[in-house]
Amino acid sequence: MKRPVPTAAAALATKLRAGPDGFIRLQIDERDWIGLAMGCAQGLQDLLALWVDDDAAHMGLGVPALKLRIIVSVPLKRGSFPSVAKNHPAACRLERSIRDLHGVEPKGLPDQRNWMDHGKWPSPPPSLKKDAARRDAAYAFLATEGEGLHQIAVGPVHAGIIEPGHFRFSVNGEAVVRLEERFGYTHKGIAALCKGADIATAARIAARISGDSTVAYSYAYALAIEAALKWRPPPRAILLRGIMAEIERLSHHVNDVGAICNDASVVVLHAHCTLLREDILRTANQCFGHRMMMDRIVPGGVAADLSAAGAEAIQALLARCATNFEAVVRVYDEAPSLQDRTVSTGNVSAELARRFGAGGHVGRASGRAFDTRLNFPYGPYEALDFAMALHAGGDVDARVWVRIEEVRSSMALIRQMLKLLVPGPLMSVMPRARASEGAAMVEGFRGDIFVTVRLDDRARLVNFYARDPSCFQWPLLEAAIEGNIVADFPLCNKSFNCSYSGHDM
Amino acid sequence: MRSLLFKSLLEGSAVIAPPQPGSAAVTELAEALGQQAHARLGRSLAIREVDAGSCNGCELEIHAINNPVYDAERFGLKFVASPRHADVLLVTGPVTWNMRQALERTYAAMPSPKWVVALGDCAANCGVFTGSYACAGAVKDIIPVDLHIGGCPPPPLEILKGLLALVNEMTK
Repeated sequence: MKRPVPTAAAALATKLRAGPDGFIRLQIDERDWIGLAMGCAQGLQDLLALWVDDDAAHMGLGVPALKLRIIVSVPLKRGSFPSVAKNHPAACRLERSIRDLHGVEPKGLPDQRNWMDHGKWPSPPPSLKKDAARRDAAYAFLATEGEGLHQIAVGPVHAGIIEPGHFRFSVNGEAVVRLEERFGYTHKGIAALCKGADIATAARIAARISGDSTVAYSYAYALAIEAALKWRPPPRAILLRGIMAEIERLSHHVNDVGAICNDASVVVLHAHCTLLREDILRTANQCFGHRMMMDRIVPGGVAADLSAAGAEAIQALLARCATNFEAVVRVYDEAPSLQDRTVSTGNVSAELARRFGAGGHVGRASGRAFDTRLNFPYGPYEALDFAMALHAGGDVDARVWVRIEEVRSSMALIRQMLKLLVPGPLMSVMPRARASEGAAMVEGFRGDIFVTVRLDDRARLVNFYARDPSCFQWPLLEAAIEGNIVADFPLCNKSFNCSYSGHDM
Repeated sequence: MRSLLFKSLLEGSAVIAPPQPGSAAVTELAEALGQQAHARLGRSLAIREVDAGSCNGCELEIHAINNPVYDAERFGLKFVASPRHADVLLVTGPVTWNMRQALERTYAAMPSPKWVVALGDCAANCGVFTGSYACAGAVKDIIPVDLHIGGCPPPPLEILKGLLALVNEMTK
């Protein structure tokens, strides 16, 4: 093999046409595979996803500036493929998961420790290659050496009402020298459960990958299935999907702004924000029959209509929300004691955000101008107008402001969509099933979700893979907390608000 | 800040009227608690929450019972940071193999008398995750359960009704 050189996805994709899902698909050899990984590290393209399916490894790559998305595939050789993480660290945990779940070896993977497999499963994942060695339960955290250093081990059971995960802090006095995360506690074998399932069954599972992003996951799953089957949802459904997605975003951003203030001990703002969130969820329940709008977006359309009274309820909600949220924002903006905690705390450099392809408020607060709704628009966003919330500060404060601005834009987007809404069917008829595949990206409140599916000719799932935005954000939390005091960890953590369940799948 | 505080004072309270304890919960508890129901706890429960593998949907609704609308603390329902301080273990999710030990240890760390509430459909029967190699089972397969609160996720009012039934039955 000739020595690989950093390769731009754009160079490989010239003159190739994208599928109906907007992704170009390309078979490549190991040299180009390594070259593309090097290109990711250099910033020629973003790594979107990495997965293994039967006899090949696949990498999703994106070049937002060129509106280019490409899925490259390399055949497995004796159950292995060249490690992407060797050249591009953002892929490290993805590849550790692949080893644990498939028994496929990313050749040259710098971190050989297990990730999803804690040595507890009585029977191996069905995706594991027959002759693959089972993983050992032993796990060595990275060593820290130095006078006066001590460790604080937190989790998997945390002090609050939160998901389980383990944080190992190495601390010098009050300052965090290193944080190392360990996850996999909520691994539920979702990809394996979806394999062989029919479209409707897998839809219910996809809606529960990360309950806080249930609308976004259902949306991404529906788009992937629809791309595979060339299935077009009706116009009313497209708008209702957008309305639900923005209501979900609103509910979380409002809540997290409050929760961040709570972690900085300004409890009154938290109380106001939880009231706002409750108002939003009640309105969602009134309009769509479920507070979190779970299972309301389905392949082919939506499972709940919005009545005229419902549309009025949303308008009324937006009016209340605008007043009440702006009151919170005013206090946040004017309280030096609050800003003392959030400004310059938990810094993420623009370079790190770029290298890890961090999406959502984590990326956009560190100058990474990426929002799926604008860069790779889908559904209603193709026809909607809004500005990207973008900040360069990279600290907790910048992440708060991105969220504040997204609350405002979500409200404006919902208003625009309500105006466009015309009567019509909610579902379209499913086209004839055929062996096919589809991929999709959706901007959840946390960032870009990637979903890909492969179907057989009986419309059953042969393969399912989802990549949560948290996969590229969690590693940055380790960097953000470095040099900060332990007491600011909750603040930093909440400003990220990554998903454990979405990451663990 | 001042204007926000004035607004809170003038607009009055957002809190809802206390709901009746859930009737299904009362029936299940009468059976589960039996004689234990006479424990002297006063009208207060310290709750330790453990996510044993949930999708996080249930956690969001548990959070909601602490908001000013449901205000769970007025009923003596208080969430605590340590199992050592807890009367009740509130468990969500299908219990994953990777969380099983942590759940067992949290339960073991609680002083007696202690009660377990399994919250959400996954905690009751693994929900959509039934049959996965990664799930060890429903909560009752791992530790004894006194009360189930069903739903995916159960809305805060249902959570409150279930927990109120627990307070009432235990302190009768």
